[in-house]
Amino acid sequence: MKDITYAAPKTLADATAYLNDKGDRARILAGGTDIIVQVREGRRDIDALVDIKHINEVNELTCDAKGLTIGAAVPCCLIYENQAIAKAYSGLIDAVSLIGGIQIQSRASLGGNLCNASPAADGIPVLIALEGVCDIAGPKGTRSVPVEQFCIAPGKTVLGRGEFLVRFRFPPPKKQAGAAYLRFIPRNEMDIAVVGAGVSVQLDARAKCTAARIALAAVAPTPLLVAEAGAALVGTALDGPALAKAATLAQAAAKPISDMRGNADYRRHLVGVLVKRALAVAIERAKS
Amino acid sequence: MTKKLHITCTVNGQTAEFLCEPRNSLLEALRDELKLTGAKEGCNNGNCGACNVILDGRLVNSCLVMAAEVDGLKVTTIEGIASKDGLHPLQKCFLEGAALQCGICTPGFILAAKALLDKNPHPTEHDARHFLAGNLCRCTGYDKIIRAVLEAAEAKQ
Repeated sequence: MKDITYAAPKTLADATAYLNDKGDRARILAGGTDIIVQVREGRRDIDALVDIKHINEVNELTCDAKGLTIGAAVPCCLIYENQAIAKAYSGLIDAVSLIGGIQIQSRASLGGNLCNASPAADGIPVLIALEGVCDIAGPKGTRSVPVEQFCIAPGKTVLGRGEFLVRFRFPPPKKQAGAAYLRFIPRNEMDIAVVGAGVSVQLDARAKCTAARIALAAVAPTPLLVAEAGAALVGTALDGPALAKAATLAQAAAKPISDMRGNADYRRHLVGVLVKRALAVAIERAKS
Repeated sequence: MTKKLHITCTVNGQTAEFLCEPRNSLLEALRDELKLTGAKEGCNNGNCGACNVILDGRLVNSCLVMAAEVDGLKVTTIEGIASKDGLHPLQKCFLEGAALQCGICTPGFILAAKALLDKNPHPTEHDARHFLAGNLCRCTGYDKIIRAVLEAAEAKQ
């Protein structure tokens, strides 16, 4: 690896000051599973890695009646081992359990998955489906951005000079709600999604849908919230025709490219299949 | 040249100190500074698992950890797996079952299998294959490896 500086600030203020000084010559180190490889292979030219794991706020993990907070550096393994999260936000567990292998899950964070801003990121669709909000620290204080607005292009985010992601916040757990993430890969493990679908549904006492969100990965330059697909489910009994309509709207919103993982038509087909299947899982969870 | 960092950590139960450059990975520090060459460099990008070590109780790819990060942490490498009474059951079962060909992947597989058995002492074949999906054997000797892991789980009971 090229010569770099390693910085390990202990406070948000120290980190933002350092990042503001270095600009795009510095990059955050949380789990390191993307950034270390990118720097080593010369795909990202930086002068400094800023290890944020000594800052308390980025390690926070709380799940209670008030909601869920996940610090930006919390590794996947701590999320899927947390019984309260598994119970109240089970869709999230789908995603963190299939990012990389066990070794990657020991280190990789959802914060890093979002900031890496891959269109195919497995962590992002369900963060969007669960109405996650990003808290960002910067030289001028903190601001909040919904997850679906965070990525602006492949590898590019809304983070400005001196800013970094501190945590995700999610609304309180809801009764009769469920979420799920499914992806398609041509093997069983350890691959990049050809398409990913993260969904959430909320039911009322008569099992009618009162709210739904559908988000997609690997079918656009950024992870995609398809608001109209979720809206089409509201007021329905989530029966076959309703799911088919949502799936069709999701397919219409997808703007996939053709590459070695699959061509655009195939990806669009997969969007329909995965949206319906993910909704079925989310509905099952909402009813149980 | 960048100033070297002085790192103090615990390696295989003993305090270890070393100097490293900020750009060094934990794998480089283990092999080049501490002369613990059991962890292997396979892909050096987190795909193969040959460099696996246990860091504060978690299985990690040491090529994807910066050496500077381990100050104050506990590292277990393949050199720390056997006890003074002899080989670890996993090591015995790998040997007896000939679960290695060229051997480059073996230290990583044994660390990964140890992490599996520490968490799940009675894995099914599916559990073992799933858990070890992050370790690659280019000689493709997976069946013998899985059998050795399952035998070690039985032997430990």
